[in-house]
Amino acid sequence: MSAVTDRHGHHDDHAHYQGGIMRWITTTNHKDIGTLYLWFSGTMFLVGGILAMGIRAELFMPGLQVWNPEFFNQLTTMHGLIMVFGAIMPAFVGFANWQVPMMIGAPDMAFGRLNNWSFWLLPFAASLLIISFFVPGGATGAGWTLYAPLTVQMGPGMDLAIFALHIMGASSILGSINIITTILNMRAPGMTLMKMPLFPWTWLITAYLLIAVMPVLAGAVTMTLTDRHFGTSFFNAAGGGDPVMFQHIFWFFGHPEVYIMILPGFGIISAIIPAFARKPLFGYSSMVYATASIAILSFMVWAHHMFTVGMPAAGILFFMYATILIAVPTGVKVFNWLATMWQGSMTFETPMLWACGFIFVFTMGGFTGLILAIQPVDIQLQDTYYVVAHFHYVLVAGSLFAIFGGVYFWLPKWTGRMYDETLGKWHFWLSMIFFNITFFPMHFLGLAGMPRRIADYSLQFADYNMVASIGAFGFGLSQLIFFWVVLKCTVLAQGAKAPGNPWEGADTLEWTHLPSPPPYHSFETPPTVR
Amino acid sequence: MSRLVTAAASAAVAFHSGLAAAQHNLPPPVTPIAREIYDLHLLMLGICAVIFVGVFSVMFYSIYAHRKSVGHKAVQFHENTTVEIVWTIVPFFILIGMAWPATKTVLALKDSSNPDITIKATGYQWKWGYDYLKGEGEGLSLLSNLATPADQVYGRQPKGEHYLLEVDQNLVVPVGKRIRILLTAGDVIHAWWVPAFGVKQDAIPGFVRDAWFKAEKEGIYRGQCAELCGKDHGFMPIVVEVVSPEKYAAWVAGQKKKLASATEDAAKQWTLAELMARGEKAYRDTCIACHQASGAGIPNAFPSLVGSKVVLGSKDEQIKLVLHGRKGTFTKTSEMPPQATLSDTDIAAAITYTRNTWGNKAKDGVVQPADVKAAR
Repeated sequence: MSAVTDRHGHHDDHAHYQGGIMRWITTTNHKDIGTLYLWFSGTMFLVGGILAMGIRAELFMPGLQVWNPEFFNQLTTMHGLIMVFGAIMPAFVGFANWQVPMMIGAPDMAFGRLNNWSFWLLPFAASLLIISFFVPGGATGAGWTLYAPLTVQMGPGMDLAIFALHIMGASSILGSINIITTILNMRAPGMTLMKMPLFPWTWLITAYLLIAVMPVLAGAVTMTLTDRHFGTSFFNAAGGGDPVMFQHIFWFFGHPEVYIMILPGFGIISAIIPAFARKPLFGYSSMVYATASIAILSFMVWAHHMFTVGMPAAGILFFMYATILIAVPTGVKVFNWLATMWQGSMTFETPMLWACGFIFVFTMGGFTGLILAIQPVDIQLQDTYYVVAHFHYVLVAGSLFAIFGGVYFWLPKWTGRMYDETLGKWHFWLSMIFFNITFFPMHFLGLAGMPRRIADYSLQFADYNMVASIGAFGFGLSQLIFFWVVLKCTVLAQGAKAPGNPWEGADTLEWTHLPSPPPYHSFETPPTVR
Repeated sequence: MSRLVTAAASAAVAFHSGLAAAQHNLPPPVTPIAREIYDLHLLMLGICAVIFVGVFSVMFYSIYAHRKSVGHKAVQFHENTTVEIVWTIVPFFILIGMAWPATKTVLALKDSSNPDITIKATGYQWKWGYDYLKGEGEGLSLLSNLATPADQVYGRQPKGEHYLLEVDQNLVVPVGKRIRILLTAGDVIHAWWVPAFGVKQDAIPGFVRDAWFKAEKEGIYRGQCAELCGKDHGFMPIVVEVVSPEKYAAWVAGQKKKLASATEDAAKQWTLAELMARGEKAYRDTCIACHQASGAGIPNAFPSLVGSKVVLGSKDEQIKLVLHGRKGTFTKTSEMPPQATLSDTDIAAAITYTRNTWGNKAKDGVVQPADVKAAR
């Protein structure tokens, strides 16, 4: 052991890596792997976005103009799978890779090679998903929820999706093991858990959620696979199984999954707001407890996704009460952010705009979530566009806006260059406006009775569908600004050089102890936290 | 492409005049449960709106007043136990205020006891079947197919008022009676949803679930399948016609008469011309969704019937295939769903139609209802 330590002693902090593509294939460096995750996520975001444009093109007006209904179903299904497993989740793992070691004063992630493997599983999984469009019968059209027994009717595209989910699940579990080990063992001396910034905290909790539920999803899709090919009847009543059991298993994964996609976002917002309010985060410990409460409650509410399957009244009431209870810790978070802003000295650079936009729009998604939690109301709204509006308010205006805020916030640190402030603001305002044009009318569509996942609709839904489609095209185009801003900081190397800490109010270790960009190996000697 | 442009132009015009008429709330309720849901939703919306205004007044005031650009200096506080306890406890009591009325509605809507009429609704890809099990009309059965012609879907004909929300046979029920619906499905999960009744219940293959409603107003109420069930999920509407008790009695009598003549139909020997006429309709109601009007199917998805080995082969094999269906295989992914729910006459007619049209000339072209009955 001492020999190893000695060798490392000569390394200083200059980079040692292979040149060209081999650097990226063989890398065990948390910064390189974070970068890979983020580029992968950005690519999948583009692919999923193109599928969304396809959906909105067909729904632009009544009648079938662009696609046939079976391909339309493939579009909605793959849009969901790619955005959830390809765009949002890898983006947060990318943030974790870059930020967790730097924020806790660790030199790298705990398991470098495992980290490399967690990432490199993803491109294979993504390829399976994309190849599935080109096999006989096309990609799966059973919806991202993959309900049995519709999945049994699908072609080989379904099997590819199942294998892709297996691989992505393995990647998530390996990544989570790495993150938990890093956070629990590699914090700088003096950084107790309750002194740790909120972003690593939210990721610690998220990682536990991932380890708990990804195997559940793997089980559900494996049973689907054997029902399809090996004559089992897990979800087939004729053989003694139960199609509803699939939904129970899926949503036991699926509800924690939605918190997996939002908790790291909470962590990012909790880093941005104090920095731009020039004031410490209000209610730090209650933020930690609220995050943990949300995570624990997330295991007890899954059946609210299934309020129309025909549960006994006692089951309905239990899941309804447990679900509305989540409003309490979520409310605490929002109140804490507002109290952090209160009496601050705020400026509104792009990251802060995204953070304020996040609170405003995410809270609207929270309110519709509360309305949907009331089972009798949910009877009318389940599987309508109201639900589509709700989960895009929490997943786009929630997770995605938090990701954008985080990218603008840390881009100067990662690249050593300031992003283009004007373009960043354009990106925010256009996204914010077009987001609401796209998704706000969907509340009305759902209330008026438009089911989701239909390729064609009756005439009373025509107006708002056209509004939503126009908004969606605008939202899609606005994202090109984002890619241009990122390219300018990275590949094109344009923009002013960033100082070590470009933000007046930012006080976590990556800002106070490291230059921008940080050296390839940072914190080889751990900093001491007071 | 030009079709797309004209359609876009006409849609734009329709949009201009239509937005005022668009609906922004749940449809007007016609059952006691639907009314409770309607009120519950408004209550929830009201509470949320009040909280929304309160919370975001604070945020926007702070954004306005506590800016560096107006010279505001940050005050360095970071906790306040009293405030934190208050904003944990107060929301809790608001939630209890929401849960209380909701609980009463849950208990009311789960109580499907003492029905006047019990009807079984079965979801199929992609239509609904109804069997009147108990009460007035017992023994009646009907299949309810989308009535909107494909020409309207593909823009070759102007779209009608009830585009995609019209069926060939409505479900008819009397006004003011407790109707219990038993739900199941023949293939995949569907969901039976009529917004005006406040009823949405999944129809699950192999299981029976129930729901109930008591419509208080005569009229025609439209809904749709609400659970993704494959390619034509958007094309299997539900139409319920609520009529006066007298009209209902008359409707039942009429249906009974039809039932009797259907039994006669199945017994008699049909001519080719009769079968072709009946078969064209049966084909349009059921087979067209996959095999298309041209009989050519859709390449790589649904097999063509033109010159097909099955259609030109032995009639017994074709009858068996139609009755029992065929599972998809790894490369031929589409499966033929079993059609045993159709009447012998309709199956015989549809098969005869496929064997004698689109240039098909099968050896035993004529299939009689008796042949189908024998094969069951």
